[in-house]
Amino acid sequence: MKLLEYQAKQQFAAAGIPVPPGRLARTADEAAAAAQELGRVAVKAQVPIGGRGKAGGIAVVDTPDEARREAARILAMDIRGYPVRSVWCETGLDIDAELYLGITLDRDRRRLVVIFSAAGGMEIEQVAVEAPERIAKLWPDPFAGPQPWEIRELAFAGLAHSPQLHDRTSKLVSGLVNLTTRLYNVATSLDALTCEINPLVLTPEGSLVAADGKLEIDENAHYRHAAVAEELAKDETGDDGRTGDDPFEVEARRRGLTYVHLDGDIGCIGNGAGLTMNTLDLVKQHGGDPACFLDIGGGANAERVRNALDMVLLDPKVRGVFINVFGGITRGDEVAHGIIAARDELHITKPLVVRMTGTMEEEGRRLLQEAGIVPGKSAPEAAAAIVALARDPK
Amino acid sequence: MSVLVDRNSRVLIQGITGREGSFHTGQMRAFGTNVVAGVSPGKGGTNQDGVPIFDTVAEAIAATDADVSGIFVPPPFAADAIMESAAGGIRLTVCITEGIPVQDMIRAREFVLRTRHDLLGANCPGIVTPEQCKIGIIPNHINTPGPVGIVGRSGTLTYEVIQGLGQGGMGQTTSVGIGGDPVMGLSFPDVLQLFADDPETRAVVLIGEIGGSDEETAAAWIRKTGFDKPVVAFISGRTAPPGKRMGHAGAIISGTTGSAQSKIDALTEAGAAIADTIEDVVLLTAARLGTQVG
Repeated sequence: MKLLEYQAKQQFAAAGIPVPPGRLARTADEAAAAAQELGRVAVKAQVPIGGRGKAGGIAVVDTPDEARREAARILAMDIRGYPVRSVWCETGLDIDAELYLGITLDRDRRRLVVIFSAAGGMEIEQVAVEAPERIAKLWPDPFAGPQPWEIRELAFAGLAHSPQLHDRTSKLVSGLVNLTTRLYNVATSLDALTCEINPLVLTPEGSLVAADGKLEIDENAHYRHAAVAEELAKDETGDDGRTGDDPFEVEARRRGLTYVHLDGDIGCIGNGAGLTMNTLDLVKQHGGDPACFLDIGGGANAERVRNALDMVLLDPKVRGVFINVFGGITRGDEVAHGIIAARDELHITKPLVVRMTGTMEEEGRRLLQEAGIVPGKSAPEAAAAIVALARDPK
Repeated sequence: MSVLVDRNSRVLIQGITGREGSFHTGQMRAFGTNVVAGVSPGKGGTNQDGVPIFDTVAEAIAATDADVSGIFVPPPFAADAIMESAAGGIRLTVCITEGIPVQDMIRAREFVLRTRHDLLGANCPGIVTPEQCKIGIIPNHINTPGPVGIVGRSGTLTYEVIQGLGQGGMGQTTSVGIGGDPVMGLSFPDVLQLFADDPETRAVVLIGEIGGSDEETAAAWIRKTGFDKPVVAFISGRTAPPGKRMGHAGAIISGTTGSAQSKIDALTEAGAAIADTIEDVVLLTAARLGTQVG
């Protein structure tokens, strides 16, 4: 779950991290009112992807009339498939320097990593390539969190290659200790996988202000953050029901299915991520093109299988479905019941090829056979069969 | 020989009364696993098909000398269950639960490290030493004893490999699922080291997938240590598009990190044989062992 800029900033502000004054506007009139109140503002499209500025989704305006006009233009935009639902109208900052402060998951160290750099304003991945010496990292103890001395080390290291900030270092470092502690609290209390301030603006008065914000919450922890999800939902879906995401993937989420929409015409259903990925690889190896990745997961019951088949067939491009099940925690009989129910209730006429083995495989295969669906035992054979059938259904 | 578990393992199941916990406890016992206790807070003093149930792990250990645990509790409670297990002195905790928040796992993993015990998973299928001990959800009937060590991130692909090797007449010393989450306990090098130390393991099959760089780390470890047993590697997700999470929380190509090709290249350089299909895994393993596919 990716938060929008204004939502990230609300979370930062609640944690005591300074952000520029701003107002959310969902209409051009609200944007004009914000400009009336705040004066010169940047009108910024609220979409969950980068590159807004380049796409024309940010405008700096001096008057309420200008704000109304620009907001109307931006609110009518669609940025790389994401319709703009709202704009964030924010006062500008006097900038002495642009820094970077972010927290993300480091998969190799299996900890959160705090990253600080005096080279803010650009993508941190780019800094890592062009000037790796300007990036400093800290991997806090997950029980203790980052300690002030650790953050000081981080800050001094990140500032070491910025001579222009030398005479301001001591005040900057103490500000960063405070700010990093607060940002780490945001990251842990919200189960963030990414929690980033870029740029972190140093003003002439010496304040540190979050000029942009990125927050992504771990999907596995959504149950702990229902309020944030509810706030996000207001912007995700407009009156037209569009979210900007792939409509099939949106529908799959609604159904609670793990689904990735692809370009081909063979629906691929498997249990387990690795097996389902391998199912796609097999279809490709046999000259077919996967239409989707759908992992029914461990322990799927008949209803889930029925739901999955129905989901895959919503895509009119699909010419055949390959169901590849290796039972571990998933039981073959349950899968078979689901496939048979789906075929009969949904009147499926497109080719189905089922490959089933593992826990309760005999019962599952017997059920399928009795229902007139021939189960295959070898995955490559089944892949070849569905590719042939989808090409020539006769 | 085997790694991590054998017929002497005394197994505790946390979450034994749940739907999956109870079904798979039955499967594990049918396999021959010595399940000595279950834990289900509030149900202490009862039993399930003769397995005594305790309220806490500490009580279960005191009463039964359990030394290995399998966890089947729901995601919100799983990290806590892992810590309870390690704190009680369980030497190997195997967490099957999928969907545990990443930050919970970061803490649970560190907690287990500090106890100097081991954690397998989470989001893993478990571990099997054929004819001796199974913890987790790997189907019973596919496992046969033999000279191959298996280590994999994906559960179902691990089953595929076990079954394929078995049909080809090659059994396993131990099959180990390390799980599909970005933060897990034992990782490829840890398990490879165990196989290095096990004289009966004569070849290793490594099952990786897109996302992260654990396969690259494994390749670097093989080169650094001069691991001299043949390795056959299978990587899934060659057709996966970047930026999409392919089912497993950890299976995502981010930027330039985590592609199947990068893993295949690293493992090839480390001397591993790369299999394109499960059938190839079987043929390549047989060739490395110098046996005929039966």
